[in-house]
Amino acid sequence: MSLATPLALIGRAALGLLAAIGRVALFACAAISHVVRPPVYGREFLNALLQIGWLSLPVVGLTAVFTGGALALQIYSGGARFNAEAVVPQIVAIGMVRELGPVLVGLMIAARVTSSIAAEIATMKVTEQIDALVTLSTHPMKYLVVPRLLAALIVVPLLVAVGDVIGIFGGYFVATGSLGFNPAAYLENTVDFLEPLDIVSSLVKGCAFGGIAALMGCFYGMQSGRGAQGVGRATKGSVEAAAVLILAANFLLTGVFFSI
Amino acid sequence: MTDALPPMIEMRHVAKAFGDKTVLRDVHLSIPRGTSMVIIGGSGSGKSVTLKCILGLIEPDAGQIFVDGHDMHEGDRDAFLARFGMLFQGGALFDSLPVWQNVAFRLLRGALKRPKREAREIAIEKLRRVGLTPDVADAFPAELSGGMQKRVGLARAIAADPEIIFFDEPTTGLDPIMAGVINDLIREIVTEMGATAMTITHDMSSVRAIADDVAMLHDGVIKWTGPVAEMDRAADPYLQQFIHGRAEGPIEAVR
Ligand SMILES: Nc1ncnc2c1ncn2[C@@H]1O[C@H](COP(=O)(O)OP(=O)(O)OP(=O)(O)O)[C@@H](O)[C@H]1O
Ligand SMILES: [Mg+2]
Repeated sequence: MSLATPLALIGRAALGLLAAIGRVALFACAAISHVVRPPVYGREFLNALLQIGWLSLPVVGLTAVFTGGALALQIYSGGARFNAEAVVPQIVAIGMVRELGPVLVGLMIAARVTSSIAAEIATMKVTEQIDALVTLSTHPMKYLVVPRLLAALIVVPLLVAVGDVIGIFGGYFVATGSLGFNPAAYLENTVDFLEPLDIVSSLVKGCAFGGIAALMGCFYGMQSGRGAQGVGRATKGSVEAAAVLILAANFLLTGVFFSI
Repeated sequence: MTDALPPMIEMRHVAKAFGDKTVLRDVHLSIPRGTSMVIIGGSGSGKSVTLKCILGLIEPDAGQIFVDGHDMHEGDRDAFLARFGMLFQGGALFDSLPVWQNVAFRLLRGALKRPKREAREIAIEKLRRVGLTPDVADAFPAELSGGMQKRVGLARAIAADPEIIFFDEPTTGLDPIMAGVINDLIREIVTEMGATAMTITHDMSSVRAIADDVAMLHDGVIKWTGPVAEMDRAADPYLQQFIHGRAEGPIEAVR
């Protein structure tokens, strides 16, 4: 085998990746261009708010409360190695607000919302419902993509905020219930320690992750191949892409906000 | 025909391939205004693709399509699509919406928007015309049988009284009586409302009931086209094999 073959493979993979990035970027631009042009489908938007926001609350809450609790236990036992058990409230707050809140909510949204958007739109594509929309003079981008994207951009930061608070309380209950922390002091330490930038970064991350999650679901759904297999591939691909992009975006945003 | 008006639909040299699979090679077709054209042809011969090309859902690789004398790419796309109604082969109902909102979809948004109550009344009237009772109006598509879904699709196609209507296999999956009702309906839409219809069907009794003209698509070209009355006398061996449903003939049934 010649040396050219692996190089060609790498080259082809790189070109494929660039082409994919291009397609996603074009799709995102098209979606954004439709946000600002009428008509606006209000009912679809409200429905998306309900689906993405309200109905995600249970899973977000449960994820956050268990993570906050586990975090408190870990920091306590880890801190005990050098007599630093007292930092539990501060580290739980920082860990939840800066990193775990946005990332876990983002991943949960990728699992719950991206997959369902992709499967729904892909099924519509496969059963010619998208074609039917077009023949009924309704732009699929406007009717299907814009409401979901807008709703995610607005509501995922709120979910992240809820997750942050519930996560902190997860830590609080473990710390005050079984680690012997004083409740009032715990809350005071948390509030004193958090800075505005922590909270801003958390919300900005939520907004970015919401956008990624909705966009990937719509993109993969619209690109779906034919048949049940096409729907399956679109769903799988959308969740993979959303999860990886969310983690990559998290790394970038953490760099932007905190590496001074 | 008396007038010098251009045909409602005209296809010239239309070709379409998916990958290395050629579906349409060189399709010529002309449908005069206010007439009913029926397309027949083997399964997979590209009949549905032909309809989708005219609607712009599939971009042909070559050729031109004129609607009412204008190239289909000219002018406003919304206005262009507003002239059409389309029944998809699989129904293509929106399963997130109840039946009446499917039928009235065009009447609930966009240029033809009207009050909800009025839209609902129109939807129920159109459902009645396809033989469905008002109590299906609030059902969801998934709760209906295949033939009922097809008829809801038909009601949606005619809901906004379009000038040009495409029916992709309107009677498959229906019992013979209901098929007769639908054939009459299509005929009525053409003769009474002056619409131009293009219907795909495999059912030869439907062909005779609906068609003014018939075109047979085979091997990517229109093999034969002419008035329905001449269909039985035509010498074309492909056409004769098809309308009599013989397994032997120039069309290879088993590949
Ligand atoms: N979007 C598409 N991508 C790839 N191939 C397609 C696509 N649409 C249609 N085809 C292919 O084009 C050919 C013609 O399809 P079409 O749906 O027009 O057949 P048809 O004449 O309507 O058949 P039937 O009577 O069974 O409905 C088929 O072989 C089909 O596989
Ligand atoms: Mg077909």
